[in-house]
Amino acid sequence: MKSKRLNKLGKIDRDKTLNFTWDNKKLSGFEGDSLASALLANNIGIVGRSFKYHRPRGIFSSGVEESGALVTIGSKNRRDPNVRATTQELFDGLKASGQNAFPNVNFDLGGINNYIGRFFAAGFYYKTFMGIPPFEWGKGTTIWMLFEKLIRKAAGMGSASRLPDPDSYEHAHDFCDVIVVGSGPSGVAAAIEAAEKKLDVILVEQDSLVGGNQLSENDFSTSKIFNQLKSLGIKVMTRTTAFGLYDNCVVGLLERVTDHLSIPDSTLPRQRFWTIRAKHIIVGSGALERHIAFNNNDIPGVMTVNASKHYLNRYGVLTGEDIVIATNNDSVYETANELSEAGANVTVLDSRTNIEIDSNKNFEIRKGFIPYNINGTKKIDSLDISKSENINKVDTINCDQVLLSGGWSPAVHLLSHRGVKPKWDPENACFIPSDTKENITMIGSSRGLWNKDDCIASGVAGATDALNRLGVSKTNYFFPKPGGWQNPIKPLYEVKYKKSRSKSFVDYQHDVTADDVRLAHREGFISVEHLKRYTTLGMANDQGKMGNIIGLSLMADLLNKEIPEIGTTVFRPPYTPVPIGALTGRNVGKHFRPLRVTPMHQWNIDHGAKMIEVGLYQRPWYYPKKNETLSDSYIREATFVRKTVGICDVTSLGKIAVQGPDATEFLNRIYSNAFAKLQVGKARYGIMLRDDGIVMDDGTSWRLSENEYFMTTSTAAAAKVMAWLEELLQTRWTDLKVNVTSVSEQWAGAAVAGPKSREVLNNCVEDPSLISNENFPFMGVISTFLKGKIPCRIARISFSGELAFEVYIKSDFANTMMDLLWENAQKYDGCLYGLEALGALRVEKGHVTGAELDGRVTIDDAGLGKMASIKKSYIGSAMRKRGVLSADNRETLVGFFPTDLKETFNAGTIVCEKNNVKGQGIGRITSVTHSPELGHWIGIGFVEGGLDKWKNTTLVGADPVRNKQMNLKVVSPHMIDPKGERMYA
Amino acid sequence: MIRINCPYCGERDHSEFSYGGDASIKYPSLEASEKEWTEAIFFRKNIRGFQLETWHHSNGCRMWLEVERSTVTHEIKSVRPCHPDLQKVVENNK
Repeated sequence: MKSKRLNKLGKIDRDKTLNFTWDNKKLSGFEGDSLASALLANNIGIVGRSFKYHRPRGIFSSGVEESGALVTIGSKNRRDPNVRATTQELFDGLKASGQNAFPNVNFDLGGINNYIGRFFAAGFYYKTFMGIPPFEWGKGTTIWMLFEKLIRKAAGMGSASRLPDPDSYEHAHDFCDVIVVGSGPSGVAAAIEAAEKKLDVILVEQDSLVGGNQLSENDFSTSKIFNQLKSLGIKVMTRTTAFGLYDNCVVGLLERVTDHLSIPDSTLPRQRFWTIRAKHIIVGSGALERHIAFNNNDIPGVMTVNASKHYLNRYGVLTGEDIVIATNNDSVYETANELSEAGANVTVLDSRTNIEIDSNKNFEIRKGFIPYNINGTKKIDSLDISKSENINKVDTINCDQVLLSGGWSPAVHLLSHRGVKPKWDPENACFIPSDTKENITMIGSSRGLWNKDDCIASGVAGATDALNRLGVSKTNYFFPKPGGWQNPIKPLYEVKYKKSRSKSFVDYQHDVTADDVRLAHREGFISVEHLKRYTTLGMANDQGKMGNIIGLSLMADLLNKEIPEIGTTVFRPPYTPVPIGALTGRNVGKHFRPLRVTPMHQWNIDHGAKMIEVGLYQRPWYYPKKNETLSDSYIREATFVRKTVGICDVTSLGKIAVQGPDATEFLNRIYSNAFAKLQVGKARYGIMLRDDGIVMDDGTSWRLSENEYFMTTSTAAAAKVMAWLEELLQTRWTDLKVNVTSVSEQWAGAAVAGPKSREVLNNCVEDPSLISNENFPFMGVISTFLKGKIPCRIARISFSGELAFEVYIKSDFANTMMDLLWENAQKYDGCLYGLEALGALRVEKGHVTGAELDGRVTIDDAGLGKMASIKKSYIGSAMRKRGVLSADNRETLVGFFPTDLKETFNAGTIVCEKNNVKGQGIGRITSVTHSPELGHWIGIGFVEGGLDKWKNTTLVGADPVRNKQMNLKVVSPHMIDPKGERMYA
Repeated sequence: MIRINCPYCGERDHSEFSYGGDASIKYPSLEASEKEWTEAIFFRKNIRGFQLETWHHSNGCRMWLEVERSTVTHEIKSVRPCHPDLQKVVENNK
């Protein structure tokens, strides 16, 4: 191929030179170039190596359908692989390089694959997975395991950067009446018509310039159109791809904000991910020119005809000197004229014989001829041609470029996203869009209209359709019929090569050849969906934009059917690749998910807390003193709670105000234990079940007055419980007069636990007499004042098993409360304790949390069956003992000791019988801790049949993940103070 | 993206809502038998076409809604509050 820049033509600025590098070679282009046009202007023919065979590949197209010129842009942490050189705008300082090649695309050692290609035919992967016959047929994957790394290295395209992405991305939203996709003649006509009728219009164009395929016309002015659109108040979004259509007229857009700039403004995001909610969608996404499958149809220098026109008139680049155009339709003749006028020596092969063509005769037309074989490896030396009837080589034409047009495929992708199957139009040899009830209208060549006047008419009709459907007008309209060429197209998909081992590429992207399609047929993969998976036809970057129809026609041929009987695969979003960074937007790093902190967060940190994430919350994990490890620290903290007193931030618990005359009745229905007779000034621990009888959550409810309760839930289930209470009140028990309000954020809470906790509180409240054992018994609730007349709520409840209180205060006073409690706790040699010590204390007591109540456990399994009321009905009461839930061998809650008390174990350990260590065993350990009180490791968990069955038997704890095994003793889960004497003290 | 017209907040993206379940189920009384509850909880129709379902405007007004939605096209035919008293309020405000 000998391509070169001309002194005339093009919409580039020849006064502005841009320097760039290609594989470290310094080159230059002009402002307005694409990377592809700049490479062509520098006569670079080979820009990539193919996926499987590592064949040299050039530039096939001038747009998004490109599957040859996939290159890597940038370096280090800004390395972007598989970028289409055809759509990458050139900028000063751009660094591009070839990929999938070693050492480079001009000389690639991987090219050996081209000669041993018969081992890499379609289904190669699957066959390798199955094993190599006859030695290991059907046995599996030894060979695959052996060669996986090599194969993965050999296959595939560019590699992504492993470094963190330094760029930022943005999510944006907008609304409009009508969104028009595509700024070709039809899209512009539609946008103008709708805007003139006072609709709010957004026009989206993936290119940097508006105009669509008119940009390949010599005399087209893009700025004139742009100004007209702007003057009508239309929001024009260029460099923006509509990649998908979704329910309710929602369109997904990707805007490339800075990808074309040398030095982007650091305040700008690299890309914007738009969600547009429209009332009507008009799609003028155009049509894509197809190639033709024949032997060696991928040699650099092969291109679609329209691409060459684009390079000539938009970029002032003549793509060859001796050009052969092979066509089966009328669309190429204007290009042939222009190329010959620009100085190329042009020959047109038209597969048709009986046609009339109006054109000046600057070039030769050979009617009834088709391309047969290209001679050459890294460039085209000559083209063997055949007559279209009786295929065989009859002549050879010396040339450096072969331009192909096998017909045009309307880009029906976006409509296909909505589940609307396109229909086959045999007259125009393409799929055209079907009608849909949704507010989506297809216009222009994406409807199969080939001439500009028809496209404009369809744009106006499309806008009228939108206006009618939105109720703005009631005007009759009609769409022109598909087609528009002087002579009918004559389908030509493949020219069959007579010799064996041909390389007629159907889909360039993944090196799918016509023989691969035939192989898939021979091996029974005849449905289009199977064909796609077996051969990888239509996969990866270009998603079969050029090759799909050819593959379908080959399969139809093999099955002796018509294309519509074969059907087409469903196109799914995205139309062109969307970077993960754009999908993620700003939700990275600390913004990956919301962060919740308690009002005393800073107080905790200031007092030495190491924090841990629990759900979305940051909670104190442990408060290490000098050089203490986690383990040193929590053991000390738990020891002090049992010995003196500890303070712990418990704000993250869910808190719900339950108010109203029927509040008592409501709680009595949702908790499995009795609540009807709970007195004012008392709290009760309660367990909620789901409808199906499984435990949902546990917590306490405090009766503050006749009609008001303060409910706490577990941290993890807070949102779920709130939604559940609202559901019951709004959908099932709509007669109950109850209001529920989440007050989790309004109240800050601290647990004060340990034998000295009463003394500490005495010093903190205005009226210490309220705190005495007589006035404030276990499970009592008081509303009183902390010193400084700060109102608070205190309940005497215990998670640690010690004498303990939970104090709640309005969130604004959280620090005051902590200061006060801590100041007084220190007087009794107290400590601050975190989640780890909290866990240790509750495991010692056999108290369950989310680790135990995992959605499979019944109230009986958790050993709390006695709490469940038998006098009343409640949510889950009918179901909690159904069938399997009351089987004898249910896994029930127990405690575990290691038989050798020096031994440790981990949560997740599988409990098995001796000599039967396998599978899921007979139970599991859910929570473990070192018990400061007992001086060794303990755990709680579940075992089939429970304590009674195993208390005298040694079991085995298996931990295959950590390659650990130990003997276990099953004990009561209540390992410390089983009678609860300390709590009542 | 499904868009739901909340009677209180207006039309919003489905990401503001949480899916509840089948809105046509009549939950038995708490005193009802295990058999009745089993019927209500476990035996569900797998409707192809319009079905009544509940959605919770969990990132909005917290209202539970009864939505008539096509399981094939996601088309939404009607939206109203689940609570009968709220239904009346909405009707009266029309």
